[in-house]
Amino acid sequence: MGQRGAESEVEIVVDGQRQRVAPGITVAAALFNLGISALRRSVSGESRGPVCGMGVCFECRVTIDSRPHQRACMVAVVDGMHIHTASDS
Amino acid sequence: MTQYPDAVVIGAGIVGAACAEALARAGLKVLILDASFAGGGTTAAGMGHLVVMDDSPPQLALTAYSARLWTTLAPELPRNVEHDACGTLWVAEDDEQLEAVRAKQRVYADHGIAAETLSPAQLADAEPHLRPGLAGALHVPGDGVVYPPTAALALLQRAIANGAELREGVRVDAVGAREVIVGNERIACDCVINAAGAHAPELTPGIPIVPRKGHLVITDRYPGFCRHQLVELGYLASAHTMTTESVAFNVQPRATGQLLIGSSRELVGWDMNINRAIVRKMLDRALDFMPSLALTSAIRTWTGFRPATPDKLPLIGAWEDTPGLWIAAGHEGLGITTSLGTGQLLADLVVGHEPALDPVPYAPSRVLAGIGTH
Amino acid sequence: MTGEYFTTGEYAGTDAEVVVADVAVIGAGPAGIAAAASAAERGLRVALLDRGLESGGQIWRHINGVAIPRVAQQWLARLDKSGAQILRRTSVVDVSVDVAGFEILAESSGRALHIRVTNIILATGAREMFIPFDGWTLPGVMGIGGAQALLKSGGSFAGKRVVIAGSGPLMLPVAAALAESGARLVLVAEQAKRSAVARFAAGLWRTPSTLMQAARYRARFMSSSYSTGTWVTAAHGSDRLESVTVTNGRRTWRETADVLCTGYGLIPNVELARLIGCETRDGAVVVDDDQRTTIANVQAVGEVTGIGGAPLSLIEGEIAGLTVGSRLSVPLPLLRRRATFEAAARRMFDVFAPRAELRALPTPTTIVCRCEDVTYGVVQDAVCARQAKLHTRAGMGPCQGRTCMPGLEFLLAWHSDTVRPPIEPALVSILSSEVAKNAPSSFLSNSCVGDVYQ
Repeated sequence: MGQRGAESEVEIVVDGQRQRVAPGITVAAALFNLGISALRRSVSGESRGPVCGMGVCFECRVTIDSRPHQRACMVAVVDGMHIHTASDS
Repeated sequence: MTQYPDAVVIGAGIVGAACAEALARAGLKVLILDASFAGGGTTAAGMGHLVVMDDSPPQLALTAYSARLWTTLAPELPRNVEHDACGTLWVAEDDEQLEAVRAKQRVYADHGIAAETLSPAQLADAEPHLRPGLAGALHVPGDGVVYPPTAALALLQRAIANGAELREGVRVDAVGAREVIVGNERIACDCVINAAGAHAPELTPGIPIVPRKGHLVITDRYPGFCRHQLVELGYLASAHTMTTESVAFNVQPRATGQLLIGSSRELVGWDMNINRAIVRKMLDRALDFMPSLALTSAIRTWTGFRPATPDKLPLIGAWEDTPGLWIAAGHEGLGITTSLGTGQLLADLVVGHEPALDPVPYAPSRVLAGIGTH
Repeated sequence: MTGEYFTTGEYAGTDAEVVVADVAVIGAGPAGIAAAASAAERGLRVALLDRGLESGGQIWRHINGVAIPRVAQQWLARLDKSGAQILRRTSVVDVSVDVAGFEILAESSGRALHIRVTNIILATGAREMFIPFDGWTLPGVMGIGGAQALLKSGGSFAGKRVVIAGSGPLMLPVAAALAESGARLVLVAEQAKRSAVARFAAGLWRTPSTLMQAARYRARFMSSSYSTGTWVTAAHGSDRLESVTVTNGRRTWRETADVLCTGYGLIPNVELARLIGCETRDGAVVVDDDQRTTIANVQAVGEVTGIGGAPLSLIEGEIAGLTVGSRLSVPLPLLRRRATFEAAARRMFDVFAPRAELRALPTPTTIVCRCEDVTYGVVQDAVCARQAKLHTRAGMGPCQGRTCMPGLEFLLAWHSDTVRPPIEPALVSILSSEVAKNAPSSFLSNSCVGDVYQ
């Protein structure tokens, strides 16, 4: 991961788009800052976003580097990370 | 109850529910009693695999008959029963097992049950997540899956539509000749059906049924990960051999996209705690067949108790020691499949109709004749 | 330090890692940090397990080393020096008991970790209690603590219109932090009555530092409106939150909002304690003066023993760290301080108890179980949590009922269902003995990615 305190952004790919985000922040924070509100689609098709922020509610699940059901609030962004959300049209 | 019932069914698991449904359809006034709530015992713990099995000719006859009844009923079931005609693949590890698969196919053909043998390439095509190097499989397209608790509810609702009454949270204290005792209440009736599953001997001492513990693991949703109920051919031996403990590869795709992973068998009484060692063994077996299951997320484990009999056949019919008492219990791991056949057979016997299959192999009297000693 | 703890490649013939220690402290919030540091300072081998990215728990959550209170910095420095082995990003999946002690099964970066210890200190903290209402599943509706966590982990609320509506002392610091970060606080609505909140505030003099803190928090969002006896009844929006309906029982109105923070106080995370067999009462782990639970060699500290805040958690952690594996007596000043904070915590409970009107929040079509999208009308007739789970799927998703069941227990007076391993979702490999040795690193065809519609 990036150097501590340094303002070197990391590049992630969200729903196919390259994005530059602050280092060390969680995937949930990065997506929130990018204005992506629908992280997953519920079983009845509703959009869902982060709720508990601490790994309990499983509402912020996204696919990270082809692994489904990853909690965005429990994972820090890493340079080159691929994230897939329900906002991908 | 103002008017006394014709039949009291004890146990609102899927077998009791199917008996109540068939009896009510036959015109009897039925009262169903359950100590807890409907579909909450062994029914709730089961996989819900609707499967034709050929461990013995009577087992084949009852499962095949029941499978036909499920196929007829399926279109009328509510959506929450999650009926899925996914079929079964009996997976052969080596040539010896493949030979057994071919023999199984011949037996099925003799009984008019569609089945085809898959080559290793066809198997890999059907289920890409199975490991390479398997010998093949028997595909039984008529098999399927339901979600057992709601299947039991659906059967109970049909019974209720035909005038039956369901009382939950009512524990039966004793069963007498044409009567059931609940606390201070005495319910008189023409016949009593003990469908209390693994608890049946508590009300009818002498029934040789023991709880046979099983574990299941369910994963998060991975739609399309597998498409058929997958069972290793060795499952039959695991189910048949009534010794200590055994595990077998048994994976089921749920309608939700979840994967249900089994199976285990233990004789340890009513200890419902998770046995970590046997879960590990069971999952190791599953990973041996499907290595990529390793990367799926398990969200829950549970245990349940199959009502097991010494000769691997259920007890369906009159209990001759007590006038008016009938038994419908002891279905081991096939209760969901054989519930419909059991209900219909029992109702035919109770009302005196010609049953569709020979009732003798299931008659509880075989226990009194000494077959059931254990 | 590593060499003392780890033997690699030696667990049951697999490549799983094994940690052997005297004490496992589970949860690295204030209580766990204090317990781990105090125990390690006594020379005990301590493993501190936490699933978070950094130690600190929720209250001291931080990234990139920024902005945590001085007391947190002091404790983290003390922890660093104590010699405790810190295992971050490590989720406890199961604990089993045998003659040698406890074996903890954990998942760490997709791998199994076995921790063998003779003592356990549970510091599993608390989570928010939610009461469902129409629209609470819209993106933009989040927990009050959830918003705080998002902020502390790098989320920016600058320029967002925020409504905070719920209950409890957590609302004030979160409101202050959001205001400071540039959020536009539209409304802060506390459901408890003004008189009750005033009584609580008056009681704060007993712990003067808390009073000053409250005053500072209030000052920071002075410009926004703070109401007592007010609660949210519905959230609206098509695909994300657009507005909320609030009421004070006499008047009902709408507020435009991008974010709604809601929650009705904290509830202890007792699942692991219950798995081990510790007695719980009123939803909290029962402990004695030395923080010992009803299971031998298992102690519990912090919010899991009852909600009391960080200062009380630190004291409890220290007490457990000093008494674990010994019969040492606890210094009297520590016991006195614990008593003071406990009394304050008890007052808090009475004040912020959810009002009766909140039982009417969900309508028959309100989704209560967010994992399985089960509505209130469907679960309402169940007689217990287990029946609801089996018949309706409520509570059967990956959160294992942690989000919906506390609310449903409040609404329908149910008792909690049993707890079984895994106590949080874990890779199948972790529960097997193969430990992903032969598993492919990636298995998913595109068809397996994403969610299913029922």
